[in-house]
Amino acid sequence: MKKITIRFFVVVIVFAFSLLATGAIFTVHETEQVVITQFGKPVGDPITTPGLKFKVPFIQKVNVFEKRILAWDGAAIEMTTRDKTYIIVDTYARWAIEDPLLYFLSVQNERRAQSRLKDILGSATLDAIASHELAEVVRSDKTRKPVVEEEIAEADQSGAIGNLIPIRRGREALEKDVFTASEPVLKEYGIKLYDFRFKRINYNTVVQERIHERMISERKQIAERFRSEGNGEAAKILGNMERDLRRIKSEAYKEVQTLMGEADAKATEIYASAYNQSLESAEFYQFVRTMELYGEMLGGDSTVILSTESDLFKYLKEVEPVLDPDGSPGPVIEGPRSAPEFDN
Amino acid sequence: MRLQIGNEVIEIKPPSNGGKSASVVMGLILLTITAATSIYSIGTEEEGVVLRFGKIVKTVNSGLHLKVPFGIDRIYPVPVTRVMKQEFGFGTRGATYSSQMSSDWEMELEKDMVTGDLNSALVEWVIQFKLSEPEKYLFNVRDADETLRDASESIMRAVVGDRTVDEVITVGRAEIAEECKSKLKELVELYDMGISIDQVQLITVNPPKPVQASFNEVNQAQQERENSINVALGEQNREIPKAGGEAEKSISEAQGYAMQRVNEAEGDSAKFIALFGEYLKAPEVTRRRIYLETMQDVMPKLGKKVIVDESANQVLPFLPLTAPAAK
Repeated sequence: MKKITIRFFVVVIVFAFSLLATGAIFTVHETEQVVITQFGKPVGDPITTPGLKFKVPFIQKVNVFEKRILAWDGAAIEMTTRDKTYIIVDTYARWAIEDPLLYFLSVQNERRAQSRLKDILGSATLDAIASHELAEVVRSDKTRKPVVEEEIAEADQSGAIGNLIPIRRGREALEKDVFTASEPVLKEYGIKLYDFRFKRINYNTVVQERIHERMISERKQIAERFRSEGNGEAAKILGNMERDLRRIKSEAYKEVQTLMGEADAKATEIYASAYNQSLESAEFYQFVRTMELYGEMLGGDSTVILSTESDLFKYLKEVEPVLDPDGSPGPVIEGPRSAPEFDN
Repeated sequence: MRLQIGNEVIEIKPPSNGGKSASVVMGLILLTITAATSIYSIGTEEEGVVLRFGKIVKTVNSGLHLKVPFGIDRIYPVPVTRVMKQEFGFGTRGATYSSQMSSDWEMELEKDMVTGDLNSALVEWVIQFKLSEPEKYLFNVRDADETLRDASESIMRAVVGDRTVDEVITVGRAEIAEECKSKLKELVELYDMGISIDQVQLITVNPPKPVQASFNEVNQAQQERENSINVALGEQNREIPKAGGEAEKSISEAQGYAMQRVNEAEGDSAKFIALFGEYLKAPEVTRRRIYLETMQDVMPKLGKKVIVDESANQVLPFLPLTAPAAK
């Protein structure tokens, strides 16, 4: 019993090894699909499911192909747009072997498939770029309105800043052009095209420099505008200030003069109404005021020559009463009336 | 002896005759090798996809597992919970993930973009993602990591291509990252590559190097403008309130003058009216009294007094008129 078990086990292993060694049994990986050929000619349907598979040893051959989505990375190529701008276009595509039999018959291997893709996608790309303006390759959304920085846009005199270049079709439409142009051709090779995209669009170095120069000049004019605005605003403020200063000062002057004038007028009126009651009062005012002035004017540095005829010294000569018919008390001295000074 | 590997059960009976010790040793060695190559482990952040004869049979979680040896079972561990990162236009050195960054030469090309107003900008960004479905990641797309890089570059350029250089550099950053993320998600779904996008972040966004100085100049000019305005406002603020205060001062002074003037006039006139009333009662006497009082007041203060007799018709000779006033 036991010996039989071991022998059976050994026989099974030996048989399995011999199958593997002759190639009668083989595995298909998850990532693979297989076309079996006999003397170079495909036989049967391609195997697209993974697992253990069988074939006739020695005369049948296993041709393995990828089942996954594969990359095609286009080289960066200089192209000219319709508006004669030199750009460097870098593209990529994703594809898969949809019909391994057709693929095997037409391109055989991936190296040739890549070369086909390069030819087909490359020329379709060239067509698309050459028949469109640069903006059509760069932009996608026809309706998008840019967010504008108010300050920059206001300062900009060129009108170019903050605007998107209008387009008719756009990047995605162009990608689709290339896709629809290439897809049916590639189908003939058993290739399914999943996706084609522009990876990079860049200016060539000469154009790049020109673009930089333009950007610099755009910015410079904005900077100048800002500076000028600053100076203008400052001048405006200083002008307003000067105006306000003059207004404030002159209004004050006007009010001061008005106040003082009114006060002077009122004082004059008060004095006049007091002193001009009658001729007598006017004369008395003159007298009193003169007396006051004597007190104020005459001091230690004054020398007075007085006559014995004067009222004060007439008694130096005699004591007889003298009656002055007009009652004049002697010399009258007119002095300046002092007014308070106002310093403007 | 029973050995279970996966779903299969293998029975190995030890030789019962016990004579051939060599075959026993051979058997043991074979057994040890089989056991050693049957055990594998899956790391904490990983899941392992198990292929038997090239076909997916299961996906296992982290831990120790058994497999069928001799290449029948193949294990593909995928770090499903690890957050992976791809950097564009720059690179953090020392990354373990090979597709995290490009070569230095590629980096320069990656970040250079044409904006929607046909200017250029340098955009550096990073995407974060997880390999959430390991089977799809492994078996739907070859070079899934490179595919993701290509997709990310293409989409970032499409999004930047719809914006002005000012938007790209300043106001539009968050919006760009957001739009890029949603578009990248769509594309990853199209390729069905088992990757889930967590984040798209713009790192630094700059104008091209030769243009940077002029962009800074704009900022500077903006500052200068504010500065000039502030200096002027400063002067205004220094002068206007002062002038206002001075004006009020002069007005107040004038008001003071006016009050003083009127009050003095009223006082003077009141005094005069009172005096005049008295005067009228006895004009002659009052007049003389005032005169004499004034003289009394004035005379002692005078420096020199010369009294001339009208009839003598000459100055009294003993008075030295030329001498300077003493005192």
